[in-house]
Amino acid sequence: MSGPSLMDSLFQRSLEDIIKGLRQQLIGEQAFISKALEEIRKEIKSTDLSTKSTALLKLSYLSNLHFHDMSFAAFHALEVLSSPRFSHKKIAYHAISLSFHDSTPVLLLITNHLRKDLNSTNEFEVSLSLQCLSRIANVDLARDLTPEVFALLSSNKLYLRKRAVAVVLRVFEKYPDSVRVCFKRLVENLENSDPQILSAVVGVFSELACKDPRSYLPLAPEFYKILVDSKNNWISIKVLKIFSKLAPLEPRLAKRVVEPICDLLRNTAAKSLLFECIRTVVTSLSEYESAVRLAVGKVREFLVDEDPNLKYLGLQALRIVAEKHLWAVSENKEVVIKSLSDADPNIKIESLRLVMAMVSEHNVSEISRVLVNYALKSDPVFCNEILGSILSTCSRNLYEIIVDFDWYVSLLGEMSRIPHCQMGEEIENQLIDIGLRVKDVRPELVRVARDLLIDPALLGNSFLHSVLSAAAWASGEYVEFSRNPLELMEALLQPRTSLLPSSIRAVYIQSAFKVLVFCLHTCFVQGGSIVPSASLNNLPAGVSASVSYESFDEISVENGADVTVVHGQTCASAPITKESIVNLLNLVELALGPLLGSHDVEVQERVRNLLGFVDLTKPEVLNSAVQEKDDSEGKGVETSKVIKLMHDAFSKELGPVSLSAQGKVSLPDGLVLKENLGDLEMVCGDLEPPSSNTFSFGSSYEEKDGLSFSNPQIKEDSEQTNESTSLLAEHRKRHGLYYLPSGKSELVSNDYPPANDPTLQGDIDDNADNLVKITAESLVPKRKPNHGKPRPVVVKLDEVDEKHVAMKKPESRDDSLSGAVRDVLFGCEDVPPTLSQSNLSNKLSSKRKGKEKQHTDPHVESKENVIDDGNSSLRRKDRSHGKERRHRSPRKKNVEERKETNQKEKEKSRRHHARHKSRQRAEEPLKVSAQTPVIPDFLL
Amino acid sequence: MIKAVMVMNTQGKTRLAKFYEYLPVEKQQELIRGVFAVLCSRAENVSNFIDAESIFGLDSRLVYKHFATLYFVFVFDSSENELAVLDLIQVFVETLDRCFKNVCELDVVFNYSKVHTILDVMIFGGQVVETSSSEIMKAVEEISKLEAASNSIALIPKSASGWRSR
Repeated sequence: MSGPSLMDSLFQRSLEDIIKGLRQQLIGEQAFISKALEEIRKEIKSTDLSTKSTALLKLSYLSNLHFHDMSFAAFHALEVLSSPRFSHKKIAYHAISLSFHDSTPVLLLITNHLRKDLNSTNEFEVSLSLQCLSRIANVDLARDLTPEVFALLSSNKLYLRKRAVAVVLRVFEKYPDSVRVCFKRLVENLENSDPQILSAVVGVFSELACKDPRSYLPLAPEFYKILVDSKNNWISIKVLKIFSKLAPLEPRLAKRVVEPICDLLRNTAAKSLLFECIRTVVTSLSEYESAVRLAVGKVREFLVDEDPNLKYLGLQALRIVAEKHLWAVSENKEVVIKSLSDADPNIKIESLRLVMAMVSEHNVSEISRVLVNYALKSDPVFCNEILGSILSTCSRNLYEIIVDFDWYVSLLGEMSRIPHCQMGEEIENQLIDIGLRVKDVRPELVRVARDLLIDPALLGNSFLHSVLSAAAWASGEYVEFSRNPLELMEALLQPRTSLLPSSIRAVYIQSAFKVLVFCLHTCFVQGGSIVPSASLNNLPAGVSASVSYESFDEISVENGADVTVVHGQTCASAPITKESIVNLLNLVELALGPLLGSHDVEVQERVRNLLGFVDLTKPEVLNSAVQEKDDSEGKGVETSKVIKLMHDAFSKELGPVSLSAQGKVSLPDGLVLKENLGDLEMVCGDLEPPSSNTFSFGSSYEEKDGLSFSNPQIKEDSEQTNESTSLLAEHRKRHGLYYLPSGKSELVSNDYPPANDPTLQGDIDDNADNLVKITAESLVPKRKPNHGKPRPVVVKLDEVDEKHVAMKKPESRDDSLSGAVRDVLFGCEDVPPTLSQSNLSNKLSSKRKGKEKQHTDPHVESKENVIDDGNSSLRRKDRSHGKERRHRSPRKKNVEERKETNQKEKEKSRRHHARHKSRQRAEEPLKVSAQTPVIPDFLL
Repeated sequence: MIKAVMVMNTQGKTRLAKFYEYLPVEKQQELIRGVFAVLCSRAENVSNFIDAESIFGLDSRLVYKHFATLYFVFVFDSSENELAVLDLIQVFVETLDRCFKNVCELDVVFNYSKVHTILDVMIFGGQVVETSSSEIMKAVEEISKLEAASNSIALIPKSASGWRSR
């Protein structure tokens, strides 16, 4: 053995050799590393521990800094760990903490090594082992090594004790039951006078309190003492962290700590502690006006400091204050706005957020003006950051803060012209959205759109294409507000539109179609003012099968109204004459002719539509241009009717549609959604009590089958009225309530039964939607009456339930941790010790009891007793309750599911759970009232 | 809690990486690259913070310091104070400086184990346990002594490193 091993060791490269070698390899680094790895794989199998450990060290190095996997060496690391030599152990522990994780197979084998080293007399060996434990501990390790950690918690070596304290964090997290063993000792360490120990303990508590602050309220007196007495900044910071979590839970505690914190604020010289005080005040003590004032004063010092770090943190603190005390920001407005041009991107963004926090409906236009100016000056990234935040702030809650939409629309237009602007899509959405939602802004919108469309330079900027598409759409849709439709038409057909992507080009063509129809229609109305009545007279002759008298009548009346409006407007601007129409038609043919052969289907199709329309109308227009309103001959009427129909089709107003509208449409009778999911029924049948489910499935099937046959007929019927206007009108009539009210004029009737509850849920979530609000609000109380109404069963919901179960699982551990902490803190020594811990904890609890009596002063003790008497019964219930809840949790999900899916309530089992739940509710208030008074009594 | 400590040079080469939760090496590399990409784009004399949430996920903050050719980066969550961590970087660098007498990048490169030892004395499982540079030095020296002693026990023929060091 010694022979080859000696040779091996003799010629083995050390880590230093590897590092040197790597530094010399300028190009072939990878090759060098893979060669080294090959060596390592050989060396690591050596029986000589020195060779092995050197190989392991080299491997760790390559894994740590060159990111090579080292999981293959897991077992070898354990072998090295068993070496008696410290240097080997150190290498092994380093390797283990780099590479081991919960699913490392050899993890099971490490327990004894760790235990041995934890009991070692060499404090550095112990510390290596603790360090490793803090990194790799899983449930088993934490459970098995709890006794050792417990012993170390009172070690007389500072070096070990503070590390033992720190490792507790991981042990608690992985194995909550260890709380029962270790917690008292951990708390005892809070009274330690050594700042290092104290720092470690407070650090651990600040971590614990982050996750579940309420459980640590009883320790408030100890923390308070530390807060007042501590001279160490690090400890003070951690205690402040704890209080910022505890104070919001207990107003009396907040009242108590606000003074000491203010003292610290005034007196400390350390910036870190000062900042922590500020943060604590502004996050957790914001209702104490004087404290906030003091803190804001200190924030101002930060803001004007040279150090960019302080400035940045100051701005951050200000942003937290802004949520409740906007005045703090306004007071520092100048600094904040000045910071917008700071060199540091962090500071710029932070101040931008603050500026946006100041925005209200009164100052939005000024602030936006300032910001747009900044955007013009700044680099592309920040420019878009600014634009993005303006857009999102202004559109918040459906443009809540915008009063003057004309101004906002022109701002949008202006923003899209900023050179670096890349927010095209957002601007596009908002332009269209505003167009749909706000009636009054449409003239201005068309004006802005025209300005954008008419500028040939903009077509070259690909970031603006989506804005242009919105502009094109708006100008087509709301062409009646246009001053000069002819000009618009030229803009839409200008040669540079060839630069647009075809999807947007299609929008342009469609808009051109709309504009053309509008021009023709206006021209006809202007040309022959008798047209409406004439066409009415002629109607009987020309009526097609598709149009009924009434509908046509209705439409023409609407037209009359439209026309007068249009008349008033177009009169002011360039009049549309027959000649201009002819020119227009020629222009369309000229511009779009080449596109007939476009490769893009969408473009091609729309061009064909448009040119077809031109073909249809052109002869007649030419005709009438010559004849000058000669007579109302049959053919002319035909064409004008077509124009009229097209115009009517386009002049129907589109309303915005609620996101959940689809969900609210009841399932059409003929639609069988569950056909392919039929076999799911069997799966579900296995999972659920079969009675009700199968029943509901069956019933829904029957319904579907019965009705699906009658459906095609209905469809055919409706298809006969094959005409766009009437279809649209009909659609609106039938589904009118799924459109949002376009103005606020029409009130939506609310008593429509929603298709199923989940969408209803979604509706409530959508509540931000101002326009939906009316609907949503009225739906909330309607929930119960829905029970009675029949609704389709949706299979998917079962999936949702399962997800719920899965999601809840991880929580249980946390619950058990805080549960354990509470048990210990509220003095539940009568816990029936469970698991393997029984012996130990029995011993400990008796020990603890003794100690407690010594340590606590009589005052506190008596209080505790009082509480104990009052609460013991409650507490017991509480705990058992907790347990019950834990193992009942999957069933609880059922209750939730019942709530959610609004299933039929006939199932007995579920009722049963519901009763459970209500009982639980009844107990809860008791629980709270029992707990809260416990804490402050220590304090006051 | 401190989530990670990294040291990298201005070329983006990792000089030290320590993650206090297990991460696969690929993920480590990805994170370090992500951090470096942001670091190298930042000017001098700006604040020492980076928005880390885009790289490390929610509730993470990042503080870095730039010394000569090295970036020292600490990643942590909301239970640490930013300025305190900044001081901690200072302590770390000071300790390195005391340990190596005018520390430079090469010292960090060639003393892989020692740098890790220093860091381990300072930060334990993500918790800061030692903030005094002289205390750290004391512990590190003792550990080094112990290592040397344990090697010299079997100095005679078994270990080649023993031979070489003569």
